[in-house]
Amino acid sequence: MKLILDLIKKITGNEIWKSVFRHGYTDTPRNRVLQIISNVWLHLHPAKVREHGTKIRFTWCMGGITFFIFLFETITGILLMFYYVPDVNRAYADMVDLMYVVPFGRFLRNSHRWGAHAMVITVSIHMLRVFLTGSYKPPRQFNWVVGVILLVLTLLLSFTGYLLPWDQLGYWAITVGTNMARATPFLGHEGPFSYILGMKPDNDVRFALLGGTVIEAPALLRAYVWHCIAIPIIGGALMMLHFWRVRKDGGISGPL
Amino acid sequence: MEVMEEKRGVIEFKDDKVFAWPTLVAKEFLAAILVTVGLLFYSYVVDAPLRELSNPGQAENPAKAPWYFLGLQEALVYFDPWFAGVVLPSIIIVGLILIPYLDINPKGNGYYSFKDRKFAVTTFVFGYVFWYVLIYIGTALRGPFWAFFWPWEKWTHDFPTPPPLHNLPLPLGIVLLGGFYTAGLILPALMKRDFFMKLGVIRYAITMGLLLTMIGTVIKMVFRLAFNVRYIIATPWINI
Repeated sequence: MKLILDLIKKITGNEIWKSVFRHGYTDTPRNRVLQIISNVWLHLHPAKVREHGTKIRFTWCMGGITFFIFLFETITGILLMFYYVPDVNRAYADMVDLMYVVPFGRFLRNSHRWGAHAMVITVSIHMLRVFLTGSYKPPRQFNWVVGVILLVLTLLLSFTGYLLPWDQLGYWAITVGTNMARATPFLGHEGPFSYILGMKPDNDVRFALLGGTVIEAPALLRAYVWHCIAIPIIGGALMMLHFWRVRKDGGISGPL
Repeated sequence: MEVMEEKRGVIEFKDDKVFAWPTLVAKEFLAAILVTVGLLFYSYVVDAPLRELSNPGQAENPAKAPWYFLGLQEALVYFDPWFAGVVLPSIIIVGLILIPYLDINPKGNGYYSFKDRKFAVTTFVFGYVFWYVLIYIGTALRGPFWAFFWPWEKWTHDFPTPPPLHNLPLPLGIVLLGGFYTAGLILPALMKRDFFMKLGVIRYAITMGLLLTMIGTVIKMVFRLAFNVRYIIATPWINI
């Protein structure tokens, strides 16, 4: 017994250990605080929170789960990028390979796909919870605005991913979706008053989305770049803002 | 004034705080594990869909957008694409963004309460539920050529021809639509004066404008389903 204790003391007492771990784990208020504020990942939290804010019946945990699924999607998405090339001649074959050849490829793709659907659901439930608790009220008005934009970005993330398999399902879903852009008032060539700005199929807002008049190679590349790079970066930046504002606006909302 | 001061003092001293470690962090960690297990289990059991290679020459029938946009695609039955696909979603997003600036009711901040904010909760929950009802219809009840099928019916291409649609005469349409927004803006202001006074003209007009657009969207759907009305207002430039 003494030997073990000595060994522990040797391990946790030396310079290397201390350079990594800054505090002990004895259950003291000081260590509980340090556990949060001296940890780069955990210091997103305040050291102390109002008790009702830790209750699942109050928060439904939906905002946190949405963020977690975003991280889950990032990891599975990066792994999928190793096997997928956004080229119209290869994309579908890569999907088939993922489903039948790549070890755990099917599992990987399934979890990315279902995670995306789950994220849309959890983010919308999170919005419902925030509304029902009146958490958009002063001083949190602006954070609600950021949240609405993040909701839209979640939908766009999922939507841009829909085309990537380059199968009939994605192709026609994106056809239906982007055809709406044709009808944009003023800016789409079939929309009301589009003649004022001289909109044609090859210069309207749908053309800008697809990089062409039909869904072809440029549309696939655009969907890929938006999906894997642009929207995650914009969303990530807004998430930082969103979480930071939760803290700055007084932490989790609650009765005054 | 004195009472207010005293009350504020009490609030500041009230300390119901607990340590985030481990009370909160443990729950979050548990939630993360459960979500991961759930997602992985579902992914193990159910395969993500992958159809044939895309073929621009062969349209899917029905061609459906991802499920979360099917509410909007369902709205296409009742409205032209410029409204159902562009203007309506834009109004929804802008309306959501504006909520904190329109709802100035100080009560119900940070706790669940229907009693303190009946109007806000009713409106939002109605819109939320309606969005998902449309998604359900668009996902489960729309078959080939976007024809309506009950859940117990089989999707076929052999469905009865829908009844012919007609447009309302233009003057009647303008009177109806104009009357709807005018009455909808003026009547509540007269009947619920304190509601109007509290919000002020601008906030009131935006709130009611958004609310009337939501209700109007539903009414237009009823007009279509009950009276086979295609457009309330039909002009060479724009149809509503």
